[in-house]
Amino acid sequence: MVVKLLGPAYASCSRRVLACLVEKDIQFEIVHVDLLKGEQKKPEFLALQPFGKVPAVQDGDLTLFESRAIMRYYAEKYAGQGTSLLGKTLEEKALVEQWLEVEGQNFNPHGNALLYQLLYAPLINLPQDKAVIESSAQKLGEVLDVYEERLSKSKYLAGDFYSLADLSHLPFTEYIVNATDKGYLIRNRKHVNAWWEDISSRPAWKKVLAM
Amino acid sequence: MVVKLFGPAFAASSRRVLACLIEKDVEFEIVPLDLLNGEHKKPEFLALQPFGKVPVVQDGSLTLFESRAIVRYYAEKYAAQGTCLLGKTLEERALVEQWLEVEGQNFRPHGDALVYQLFVAPIFNVPQDKALIESSAQKLGEVLDVYEERLSKSKYLAGDFYSLADLSHLPSIEYILSATDKGYLIKNRRHVNAWWEDISSRSAWKKVLAMGGYSGVN
Repeated sequence: MVVKLLGPAYASCSRRVLACLVEKDIQFEIVHVDLLKGEQKKPEFLALQPFGKVPAVQDGDLTLFESRAIMRYYAEKYAGQGTSLLGKTLEEKALVEQWLEVEGQNFNPHGNALLYQLLYAPLINLPQDKAVIESSAQKLGEVLDVYEERLSKSKYLAGDFYSLADLSHLPFTEYIVNATDKGYLIRNRKHVNAWWEDISSRPAWKKVLAM
Repeated sequence: MVVKLFGPAFAASSRRVLACLIEKDVEFEIVPLDLLNGEHKKPEFLALQPFGKVPVVQDGSLTLFESRAIVRYYAEKYAAQGTCLLGKTLEERALVEQWLEVEGQNFRPHGDALVYQLFVAPIFNVPQDKALIESSAQKLGEVLDVYEERLSKSKYLAGDFYSLADLSHLPSIEYILSATDKGYLIKNRRHVNAWWEDISSRSAWKKVLAMGGYSGVN
C-alpha cells in the first residue's frame, strides 16, 4: 500500500516528510493541495487535519499529521531499511530528539517568521513588517551561533551520524539560503555552512527539490 | 544512579520532565537554579545547555536538554515500569507524537505568550503588550476549539489512553489557570475542561505541584 501525502510538494513541511520517505525507500504518492485557493481550510481537508495545515498523510487506515510526528513514525517503522535516521542506541536517539526539539522550538519560530515576511506576505499582498524581519534575523543568528559551536565539534547535530535532527532543517534553510537575502546567516558561519553543504547535497534532498 | 535535573522545580519545562519521571517511577534529584539572578546564562550552565534554558538533565555520562526530548527518552527507556506513556503499538505511538507536536507547535506559542505577558512580564517590570495578549488568547481559543472536538470523541488526545501528549500540556495550562485571567479558555469548553480535571488530578501531577511554586520576588 502506497503512503499518500496530502499537500503541495513545495511546502516546507511536506518536504520534511518527503525527505524522510525518500531516505527510507518508502513508496508514496502526492495528492496536491492548493494553498492559494484555501483548499486546506475546506471541510474535506479539515476532516483529516483539523488545524488546516499541510501535510497530512494517509497510510491504510492511519491518518497522521504534524510533519515531525510523521517522520518519527516512518523512521522508526522502517528502521530496518534505507538510511538510519535515529542513531543506533537509545542514547543516540535521545540526542536526535534533543536537536529535533531544538529545531522545532528554537530554529523554526524565527525561520518561520522570516520566511512568512520575506516570501509569503508578498505572495498574498500583505505589507512586510520590517521590525519582525530584523528581530527574527537577529534571533536566528543567535541560535545559529550555538549551532556553529556544536558543529565545530560534531559532524552532524546529534553526533557523527546523519539523523532526523539534521533533515528537519533542510526545508527552511533551503528557502532562507536560496530565496531570501538572509542566506548570509548560514553562509557566514564556517561550520554551519559546511554542514549545510553536506546535508543539502544528499540525493534524497535533491529528489525532493525536483518534485 | 539518580537522575539530576537542573532547574527550578516551578518552571513549566522542569514540571514537564518531573511529571514524566514520577509517572515512570524514576528516581531523581533537583539541582535548583536561580533564574532571577541569571544563573542559567552563566558559563557553567551554558556548558550544559548552550541556549541557556531550563531544564537540563544529567544521567551518568548523558546530558540532555529540551523537556520534550527528555520525556520521550525516559518514557521509552523505562517503557516497562510505571505508567505507560507512549501507547501500546507503533501506530498508537504515532498518535502520541502527533498530539505532542500539536502541543509544541500549536498550543505552546500562544500559551507561552499569555503566561509570559500576564505573569512573567510584571515580575520583571517589562511592559505588557496588550495586542499580543488579545491575539494570543484568540489564537489559543481557536486551537482549543479543535481540542474540544477531538476530546468529545476521545478520552485523551492520542486515544483512550493517557500519554505524553496529555502530560505535556499540564504545566502551561496550570499557569494559565492559576496565574492569568484567561482560565475561561479551558473552563468554558466542556470536554477540554473535563480532560483537564482528569489529567490534573493524577497523583504524579499533584506531587510535582507539591515541590513548590514560584514564591515571588524578595
